[in-house]
Amino acid sequence: MWTTCLVLLFSWLAAGALGVRHTDAAVPHALVMDLATPAKQREALMQLRDLPDPALGGVLQALKEGALYLWQEETLLILNDAGTLIDLDNKPLLDSAGQPLMPTERLEQVELAQAHMPLVQRALEALELLASEPAKRKAIALRWGNLQDVTLIPTLEKAQAQEIELAVKAVMAETVQKLRLLDPSPQTRQQAIAFFGATRAESALSRLKDLREKEQDPQVHAAITQAVQRIEGYLQMRNAVAYLFNGLSLASILLIMSLGLAITFGLMGIINMAHGEMLMLGSYTAYVVQEFFATHFSGHADTYFLIALPLSLLDVGGVGLLLERALLRFLYGRPLESLLVTWGIGLVLQQGARLYFGDQTSVNSPTWLRGGWEMMPGLILPYSRLFIIGLSLVCLVVIYWLLYRSNTGLKLRAVMQNRDMASCMGISARKVDTLTFALGTALAGLAGCALSLIGTVDPEVGKTYIVDSFMVVVLGGVGKLLGTVLASFGVGMSNKILEPAIGGTAAAVYAKVGILVLVILFLQLKPTGLFPAKERLSAGTVR
Amino acid sequence: MRAGSGVRVTGKASGRGRWRLAAVTSAVALAGLLGLSIQPVQAADPVKVGILHSLSGTMAISEAPIKEVVLMAIDEINAAGGVLGRKVEPVIEDPASDWPLFAEKAKKLLQEDKVATVFGCWTSVSRKSVLPVFEQNNGLLFYPVQYEGEECSKNVIYTGATINQQATPAVDYLMSSEGGNKKRFYLIGTDYVYPRTTNKILRLYLQKKGVKEADIQEEYTPFHHQDYQTIVGKIKSFCAGGDVAVINTINGDSNVPFFKELANQGVTADSCPSISFSFAEVELQTLDVKPLAGHLASWNYYMSLKTPQNIKWIKSYKEWCAKHNIADKQCVTDDPMMHAYIHVHLWAKAVEKAGSTDVDKVLKALEGLEVDSPVGKYKVDEKNHHTWKPVYIGKIKADGQFDIVTKTNQWVAPEPWSDLTYPGRACDWSGDGKGSFDMVDGKRAWLSDKK
Repeated sequence: MWTTCLVLLFSWLAAGALGVRHTDAAVPHALVMDLATPAKQREALMQLRDLPDPALGGVLQALKEGALYLWQEETLLILNDAGTLIDLDNKPLLDSAGQPLMPTERLEQVELAQAHMPLVQRALEALELLASEPAKRKAIALRWGNLQDVTLIPTLEKAQAQEIELAVKAVMAETVQKLRLLDPSPQTRQQAIAFFGATRAESALSRLKDLREKEQDPQVHAAITQAVQRIEGYLQMRNAVAYLFNGLSLASILLIMSLGLAITFGLMGIINMAHGEMLMLGSYTAYVVQEFFATHFSGHADTYFLIALPLSLLDVGGVGLLLERALLRFLYGRPLESLLVTWGIGLVLQQGARLYFGDQTSVNSPTWLRGGWEMMPGLILPYSRLFIIGLSLVCLVVIYWLLYRSNTGLKLRAVMQNRDMASCMGISARKVDTLTFALGTALAGLAGCALSLIGTVDPEVGKTYIVDSFMVVVLGGVGKLLGTVLASFGVGMSNKILEPAIGGTAAAVYAKVGILVLVILFLQLKPTGLFPAKERLSAGTVR
Repeated sequence: MRAGSGVRVTGKASGRGRWRLAAVTSAVALAGLLGLSIQPVQAADPVKVGILHSLSGTMAISEAPIKEVVLMAIDEINAAGGVLGRKVEPVIEDPASDWPLFAEKAKKLLQEDKVATVFGCWTSVSRKSVLPVFEQNNGLLFYPVQYEGEECSKNVIYTGATINQQATPAVDYLMSSEGGNKKRFYLIGTDYVYPRTTNKILRLYLQKKGVKEADIQEEYTPFHHQDYQTIVGKIKSFCAGGDVAVINTINGDSNVPFFKELANQGVTADSCPSISFSFAEVELQTLDVKPLAGHLASWNYYMSLKTPQNIKWIKSYKEWCAKHNIADKQCVTDDPMMHAYIHVHLWAKAVEKAGSTDVDKVLKALEGLEVDSPVGKYKVDEKNHHTWKPVYIGKIKADGQFDIVTKTNQWVAPEPWSDLTYPGRACDWSGDGKGSFDMVDGKRAWLSDKK
């Protein structure tokens, strides 16, 4: 373990040293002089590529940038960023008085032939392959895999042998095999092909297909065909999983954004056009908390989201409470007026957000929600989406319990089904109304906060949510939680299956159009949605 | 609003115009008395110029800073004595990101305020909306933003980049060894005229450079699109084949979910870099830059350019911000701002050269006119009303600035009509030129004659 750390530390130090062009290791002067001699330059560069020498990183970089100079035909000097000449041991060139010297004569720039430019690049990359951070090593290994240059194999194999990161090692192994596909010997080629057949690496697919067209050896040809089939089979399976996950992810997004509406519109019958703006307020809560943490607790910036999530539930719920008390309770039983009023409130909130926050603010996901889980090679499930799937399930369970298993839920459903009767039984219908509406908006706030992880935070973001939310609730059948769940699942899945199926340059648009057409057709057949409320019960909900 | 600079924002036309004018002139006179201006106050009327940029609505984020640099340039011109011995007085209109309103406000500026010129517009649709107004009233519009070309109006000076001054040099870079020898391209954009036209030209350009049809993917999403799951999945599979670059012309807020999704699904700038044409330093200040770091952009100017002129310009803009209560974090400069700044100076120089503010005379004076800019000299083309400029490719850094990775050796000439989509078509307003023309049997066939 300690040796690993030491090696890492050393490579890190070496990498840092390259950047500032100075190194403590001894410089092989003979080889460096060859670099400056046009006739020997190529030979020297090839040698450096195959046997990378960290001591020469600075010289190579200088050569590439045209900052390498030959003085008096014997001393090599580098012009550094500060504009002074330094020798290869990093000592500045001084005159007799001890001042930096800038000779005007017998100082010649070392020429780099255009044809040698890629070699310099390879030599520099070879250095990085051995001594830099893992992400760089991986990137270089990937790049070399596409170069189709078999002479790179020895360097790569050496790097592979001393690689400590398993992920990087795997990429290097793959690169070596990719280059071996070009080997003149059919046996070696066949081995490489078999390697890709076994690992089913997507990255080799286009290369193998190219090879298949040129391959003369029938045995190798058959091997390629087999490998291509294996890879394509794997890809089909992987894509199917990806579509499934995409559909599930979209379904969870639709569900979380329409749960609140399922309560305010579905149960209470209020056409809340400001539902999208409630989501927006939730997103802005995340933004405000993030900014607050950035200025006051910059050390704990990652925890902001844990605070923002419950806070969005509370403050947007509070806004809902205020709205219901101040405005909406006067409008019960007047759906058209409440539609207009909530629409107006939405506009006011939009403009308010624009005036106060400006356009395009953005929420940075906390580091523990960045990146994703590599489920199988080439398929990464983003943590943020997994989080939203989890959160929507939790919300669903909590809401289900609250509505159907708790005392409050019983009262709530009683009021929504027949308020007069419920009042007679001693339930305060007013209080239930207020709390129900607040619950609906609070859920919207929570959804907005969660969705800021993958989307934008701007004043008009509500517009993108409201249509989908209403579609899901109406499709599910107004007033039914199960309907909302199934509708979001259905819409999400069919959208994500339609999108790749349609193809073309505007698949995202046509998939959306397709979904709307399907919804229209469905509502023609079942105008009251998937799970219509029973006639006798709904008589009570219309107030 | 600001007495010292003599700026006023006009609202609805009112009967108190004369009083307001008196107030402005007295404010200017007062400034003169206080010694704020060294030049003697002229009795002559000020020259009015219009500023037509959205200060509210979705485009405000990009356009509001442009208004600031235009005002700053006008201030500089006034401090140096104005044009033709007259002060320059800006008239600011806010079209509120509402395209038809652009045309109305432009009409008001030209017909009621009788401005000598207008500095304005950002989106192509706003420019298309005001174009007939400027042509009917023979006005003059300076347009500071990169655009898709295929336009060459007599009444517009286009200081931003044409496609061959931004997009095609970006492709050249990506296909060079320096840029990673990219051979396959994924073009993704917002579904409107700029990305569609750019990609139409880029596709032809790539094919000319030997890229196979199968190696070019094209995809569009609507404005405000949020769900990039499937598209990023497709990009990822495409990238797995290697040698891929993404050319991004997504506009506005959709970039946020797009880049978040790219980062989350593990598409990195190392394995699959993207190059963007629609966001610069100003937009980056408001985004979460971390997922974008390492990706590329192509512009004619970057704030991080270390030329003496640029350092000086940034310094004076920082002072301007401090004076006008603009937060330091938001006080950044970018490509369209630079173009907006120099086109005010271009206009002033042309007016001095012409000895008049008359539109036709100023247009004549602008032909081949050179002006100092933060990136060195800039030149208006002798014929086609566009400008000559250098092109830089930059890499986005985690602080929202750019690391410049390459630049063109010399000015790139503007081509409003791409040779790939309209071979032989060009534009000439010099002499008795009548704008865009095709070459038919070695003779010029003017497009305006065909109509």
